[in-house]
Amino acid sequence: MAKMRTVEILVGAFMAAGFVALFFLAMKVSNLSAASNGDGYALSARFDNIGSLKVRSPVSMAGVRVGRVEAIRYDQDSYQAVVTLRIDPRFDRIPADTFANIFTAGLLGEQYIGLDPGGSPDYLADGDQIEHTQSALVLEQMIGQFLFSKAEEGSE
Amino acid sequence: MIDALASLGRYGLSALANIGRAHLLLLGILAGVPSMLARPRLLIAQLFGIGVLSLLIILVSGLFVGMVLGLQGYYVLSQFGAAESLGVMVSTSLVRELGPVVTALLVAGRAGSALTAEIGLMKATEQLSGLEMMAVDPVRRILTPRFFGGLFSMPLLAAMFSAVGVLGGYFVGVGLLGVDDGAFWSQMQAKVDFHEDIVNGVVKSVVFGIVVTWIALFQGYEATPTSAGVSRATTRTVVHSALAVLGLDFVLTALMFGE
Repeated sequence: MAKMRTVEILVGAFMAAGFVALFFLAMKVSNLSAASNGDGYALSARFDNIGSLKVRSPVSMAGVRVGRVEAIRYDQDSYQAVVTLRIDPRFDRIPADTFANIFTAGLLGEQYIGLDPGGSPDYLADGDQIEHTQSALVLEQMIGQFLFSKAEEGSE
Repeated sequence: MIDALASLGRYGLSALANIGRAHLLLLGILAGVPSMLARPRLLIAQLFGIGVLSLLIILVSGLFVGMVLGLQGYYVLSQFGAAESLGVMVSTSLVRELGPVVTALLVAGRAGSALTAEIGLMKATEQLSGLEMMAVDPVRRILTPRFFGGLFSMPLLAAMFSAVGVLGGYFVGVGLLGVDDGAFWSQMQAKVDFHEDIVNGVVKSVVFGIVVTWIALFQGYEATPTSAGVSRATTRTVVHSALAVLGLDFVLTALMFGE
């Protein structure tokens, strides 16, 4: 019987270790601990070009993540992309004249939305739209413009 | 010509019959769940045999696989100036693929072959017939606890494999190669999704657990009751499990992560 007891203890330890490993993967490796799905309020913004922005891309203010991109859809009437941002409810004082830019993290990194706060005393609330936006910088367009302006300089 | 056709037909029919018998065996195994719940000690003994005794090989392999991923990943990523993404690379490849697959292959070799040999020898020495003589259903008494022992052990072992592998990658990347500690974890946490990556990895390892133990039990139960028959059955267990795991992994990956 003592043998069975040792076996039981070892099996218990094995199962506990397995669950600890799963817990470690969930908390330390994945973003479960930082996930705030569903709560928060939604803002929308219209961009002429969103580059390679994706759903779940971060939204940051002063470099701090304040939310995530919740949805991206295309508006056929204005030929613009409508991006829905889900902002963490802790950050409820975003001025109404805030500027939304699409930036790239590093040269080849992922794209994210950076919010530049304006000076308005009114704050954005759930469902509001950010009026001032700037599209993503597409590398090919920039190089094209650069070459074009260089060519013009040369012809003068 | 007709003979060739006939032998092809015979081969196909016997393959179909094997698949049918395997499913009947699975039904018999599942029908034994109530009697297994009445005797949980049988299951505990199998969890010990399949899970605890596989721990050493799983943990050591996980550590080394993680360390190799750290070294190789650093070599590629540093060429693009993205060595900080090492954590993402190590953890996604472990959690999504290598954890479930390598664990399943190791368990098939370490525990699956043992199951087949054990049951095949029980059959060869007529222990299974003996149980039947005593009106004990050998499928319920012997196979059901082993099946669930493998089914429960596999995801736990795969989780430990991945966790130890991430630590191995951390040790090589941060400890030896000088990747930034904070970037290693924060990029990993930003990119690895709980439902998308970790839950899908667990689902994979549950499927592999079912398949590997099922194949091992079926091969043992169907083994020719001679020493040569048991040895052939053991070989088939390892070969069939490895093929099934790798093939199923492609299907599952395509279903889970394919767009």
